[in-house]
Amino acid sequence: MALAIRVVGLSKQYRIGETRGKVEYRTLRDSLGRLFRRSRHATIWALRDVSFEIPQGQVVGIIGHNGAGKSTLLKILSRVTRPTEGYAELYGRVGSLLEVGTGFHPELTGRENIYLNGAILGMTRAEIDRKFDEIVAFAEVEKFIDTPVKFYSSGMYLRLAFAVAAHLEPEILLVDEVLAVGDAAFQRKCLGKMGDVAREGRTVLFVSHNMSAILHLTQRTLVLQKGRVAFDGPTPDAVDFYLASGFRRAGERRWDQEEDPTWDPAGPFRPLALRVRDAQGRVTDTVRADEAFAVEWEYALEKPLRGLRVGIYLLTTRGEYVLTSFDVDDLDMYRTWEERPAGHYLSRVHIPGHWLNEGRYILSVNASTFGVRTYFHEENALSFRVDPIGAVGAQWPERRVGVLRPLLRWEILRNA
Amino acid sequence: MTSQTHSNPKPYYIVRPPGRWGFPDFRELWQYRELIYFFTWRDLKVRYKQTLLGVLWAWLQPFITMVVFSIFFGRLAKMPSEGLPYPIFAYAGLLPWEFFSKSFNKAGRSLVMNRPMLTKVYFPRLVIPLSVVLSSLVDFLLAFVVLAGLMVWYGIPPTPRVWTLPLFLFLAAAVSLGGSLWAAALNVLYRDVGYVLPYLVQVLLFVTPVVYPTRLVPEPWRLIYSLNPMAGVVQGFRWALLGIGPGPDLGMAISVTVTLLVLLGGLVFFQGMERYFADRV
Repeated sequence: MALAIRVVGLSKQYRIGETRGKVEYRTLRDSLGRLFRRSRHATIWALRDVSFEIPQGQVVGIIGHNGAGKSTLLKILSRVTRPTEGYAELYGRVGSLLEVGTGFHPELTGRENIYLNGAILGMTRAEIDRKFDEIVAFAEVEKFIDTPVKFYSSGMYLRLAFAVAAHLEPEILLVDEVLAVGDAAFQRKCLGKMGDVAREGRTVLFVSHNMSAILHLTQRTLVLQKGRVAFDGPTPDAVDFYLASGFRRAGERRWDQEEDPTWDPAGPFRPLALRVRDAQGRVTDTVRADEAFAVEWEYALEKPLRGLRVGIYLLTTRGEYVLTSFDVDDLDMYRTWEERPAGHYLSRVHIPGHWLNEGRYILSVNASTFGVRTYFHEENALSFRVDPIGAVGAQWPERRVGVLRPLLRWEILRNA
Repeated sequence: MTSQTHSNPKPYYIVRPPGRWGFPDFRELWQYRELIYFFTWRDLKVRYKQTLLGVLWAWLQPFITMVVFSIFFGRLAKMPSEGLPYPIFAYAGLLPWEFFSKSFNKAGRSLVMNRPMLTKVYFPRLVIPLSVVLSSLVDFLLAFVVLAGLMVWYGIPPTPRVWTLPLFLFLAAAVSLGGSLWAAALNVLYRDVGYVLPYLVQVLLFVTPVVYPTRLVPEPWRLIYSLNPMAGVVQGFRWALLGIGPGPDLGMAISVTVTLLVLLGGLVFFQGMERYFADRV
């Protein structure tokens, strides 16, 4: 069995302040000052002793919560950053999709950017020449290929960026959640292309929060937790493991600064805990189909916020969205809570019984001001199960299809 | 997954923690030569699309500077110019100087400005400051045409030593690249360095014989003065092209030595710091 990747004991240590997004750059003045003071930096291990082997042609998913180390792993395998310990053997050319549109310049035309971006991703000029027409066709920007990209709509821009990246032909492909951008049609296109790539027999490492995509595209999945490999096995089992675990007791997800290095404690919005409570008010991860239950989110506002809306997304484990709901959806609520003073809050939503079908559901949370700013967003924050006890139609021992399983009012009329 | 015995070919690449310091991998740099071309091309294309006059700017900029210098230094301050008309004296020094100052200032910021690429894609980071120097070189070559025109205008034939000009050009490129590598790497690690660079360049202008001839510098100071690598470059440039000023002498030798030290040191320093770029930029 030919190997594509072998990772042995890979570890990456960061100084606090260097982790994702928040770089505390140093100044010469600071460093010279520090020369005379022996202070040790707080450090964090983004990856710790990660080992695995991937045979050629396998499509492997990598999942885990924010800060688990997924992006760091891809960055190291892409040679963007160096490991602190351990090593990785790569048996083939690596192409990385850590972002689309890397190096795009607004003043250059679409054509020029294709060449530039292609070169940055590692394609030779001859290769780009060969695939040029395909790329343009995939992106559907034939008419605008010679206008500067600054005039493109965001949709066109994304399509073009992805089109270039999608035509990379490395032996090993590393993909990091690039499919999270764009509209539904675009995402479907991306998934389709990813599927093609996988079928061509390339080795693919795919990092995503989209459980549906992971289930569709990968055969095997690694679950990362706090920088370590917590699970390595068939994808359905890995997804189950991931959803049932994490920094959480059954039915509750707490946010704790030490555990999640990506969380910004300086934000005005501080999530505290997310819980599912059954009809008796108990925190649980399983609710009965015939009972109402509540999802409550506890959070703190460091300063008054205007126009804030706090809510949930409910998804099935197949990645289908069931609903989106915000605490100020109702107009009266919206008017009452337009300005929220600083303080400790709990937003609780009641979900009726006899409504959701049995199965496992995922909650994602969001706190934002529409069109202005997202204060906090977390995918897959908590999961729970709906147990079929007392479900509608329980008189027949059958599973029903559909996301909903409501008790609806029927009329039966008969000619007398 | 347990490890099995594989009859594997040698790995294509092994990702490892950074090791000892050394020189950049020039073979890899050669593999990425197309990327160097594209970055240089991008720099030039964007610059000429954005400025009002496009390519003309490469000619106008040194020309206008020369005119201003000629008025204030040449005519009003009556700066000596070794027997040649001041404008051409100044222009001949201005050209290599602008090559250096443009490279140094731009390259110093280049890594930080390309932050998105540094954190998402791999390529030898040397490509970035190298392409900045190359695009400045293109500007230099364009402006050189004007210099040739000026020589025709003033009726000054090139000296028989003009064949040494490429050597001095190479020296100018070495200083530019070397300085740029130090500046670019330091700026990623210590962000305040970027603020110092333009100031440093300004001061360096006065310590370089651009607006005045080397002869102006009193003898006892001449050797210390030569520690500025650009001094040797400008001096040599004028000597090779116009036949004025001291030729290769001890001062020039000092400049050349400093140039090589700056370049070699810059290559090693840059390569050594590359391991931190993605994390600290």
